[in-house]
Amino acid sequence: MSALLSVRGLTAGYGGPPIIEEVSFNVAPHEIAVILGPNGAGKSTVLKTIFALTTVLSGAIEFDGADIAGGKTSTLVTLGVSAVPQSRNVFRNLTVEENLDVGTYAAPPADKVATREKVLDLFPDLRAKLRQPAGELSGGQRQMVAIGRAMMCEPKLILLDEPTAGLSPAYLERIFDLLLDIRKTGMTILMVEQNARQALQIADKAHVLVNGRNFASGTGKELLADEDVRRSFLGGGGE
Amino acid sequence: MIEFINFYLFPALAIGSVYALGAVGISMIFGILRFAHFAHGDLMTVGTYGVFAAAGVIAVSPLLLAPFGMALAIVMALLVDRVFYQPLRKLPTIYTVISSFGVALIFRSLVQMFWGSQNQVFNSGGVRPPLVLFDTFRISVLHVQAVLATACIAVALHFFLSRTRTGRSMRAVSDDPELAEVSGLDTEKVVRWTWIIGASLAAIAGLFVAMDTSAHPNLGWNLLMPMFAAAILGGIGKPMGAMAGGYIIGLAEELSSYHWIGDQALISPSYKTAVAFIIMIALLIVRPQGLFKGRLL
Repeated sequence: MSALLSVRGLTAGYGGPPIIEEVSFNVAPHEIAVILGPNGAGKSTVLKTIFALTTVLSGAIEFDGADIAGGKTSTLVTLGVSAVPQSRNVFRNLTVEENLDVGTYAAPPADKVATREKVLDLFPDLRAKLRQPAGELSGGQRQMVAIGRAMMCEPKLILLDEPTAGLSPAYLERIFDLLLDIRKTGMTILMVEQNARQALQIADKAHVLVNGRNFASGTGKELLADEDVRRSFLGGGGE
Repeated sequence: MIEFINFYLFPALAIGSVYALGAVGISMIFGILRFAHFAHGDLMTVGTYGVFAAAGVIAVSPLLLAPFGMALAIVMALLVDRVFYQPLRKLPTIYTVISSFGVALIFRSLVQMFWGSQNQVFNSGGVRPPLVLFDTFRISVLHVQAVLATACIAVALHFFLSRTRTGRSMRAVSDDPELAEVSGLDTEKVVRWTWIIGASLAAIAGLFVAMDTSAHPNLGWNLLMPMFAAAILGGIGKPMGAMAGGYIIGLAEELSSYHWIGDQALISPSYKTAVAFIIMIALLIVRPQGLFKGRLL
């Protein structure tokens, strides 16, 4: 199976010493891929590097057959990559409706109304809040606006940086269910997640980073069963 | 009472309109480019002289020549942004603030070089009799035009910012520049539009002042501080708040010299700019987020 996103030997940072070194993995079309790892392992840096927000020192990133390493963020959106940052991911003073609309500007979908309906069908809670400023919503609802905004340009790949950070366990489950629904619409998801155990349950593929380097890769099930992975960072035994 | 309306209230609304138009630009530039644009008053002067130059060639009411002033102000704003502000964009904004002081001086000197430092009176308008309503209210036609024009601009700007793609992009960049970049918005286009709108409104405001009194190279610089006070009063970064702030400052300045008690002016008219400052400082201490709650676009 040919990969939608292929990261090979990627070394990158923010101008100083590299944060990630020689990171490699593939993301197949229509899968949910998760990047896991302890704090400071460089998980978010991988996402930011794919999204052209860091400095690539060496290595290659290929998306849909095109080399995108060291490109421009706005070009990536046009190519079909959307990103949802971890915090501050909605325009707080813009209404929910305006937030979704802004998501279409960089790469307008063929039928804006239909796309909006599709997004609102996934997040029915937002229908009643369309005219409310996004900053007034709860954390979980804001997360939905943020993911919705990223989906409005009908990307092939969505990058999510800890979509459940700071959410209640109930919302965490809802967001994970939503991700499965989003995958059904044909999109591919690459996300960084702290809630490793739950993330592995919905992940098709997972990649564990430690100290900015590849540590392990496999399907969600494989990693859940892997002694090394469990001991070093799923919190040991328990099950 | 009638004296109050004729000589204080209407002139206050007229100068309020000028402050409002200038403050909108200052507020939007602060919201999107994140720096206090100290050359805004002098940009206003440049726009005014653009009309003045056109009036020397085309003999119609200067108001009809406003597009020439707007065009000159826009060109100059985009030019200084490209040459002076854009290279400093990644540095702390204090560099840009200081360079805008320099740009202010450049603008003023250019105006002096081309048109001299003396007062210039627009002569194609001629002396117009005031508008008399119900035999009692005597209002300068120009003041009515200034208020009406500002009202139309406020409505148009509101529509632009809330409905159009460019307007929404501007608000998005003002709200969160990093997220705007992640969303793939064209930030440079947003910056250009900010200058286009700010410069246009500054030129219109300057024209009203020049037609009401006269044009001189310090015209805009003298108005800069009340305009900043208005922008801060409205909650900087909120264009509609800046509009309201402009009228509040205009009213406060003019009405402070009315003889509220006895026959003497409450505050001598020569101190009226100080009134704007006192309001601004008091507000910064009590309510630094501006007078208005929530979002005003």
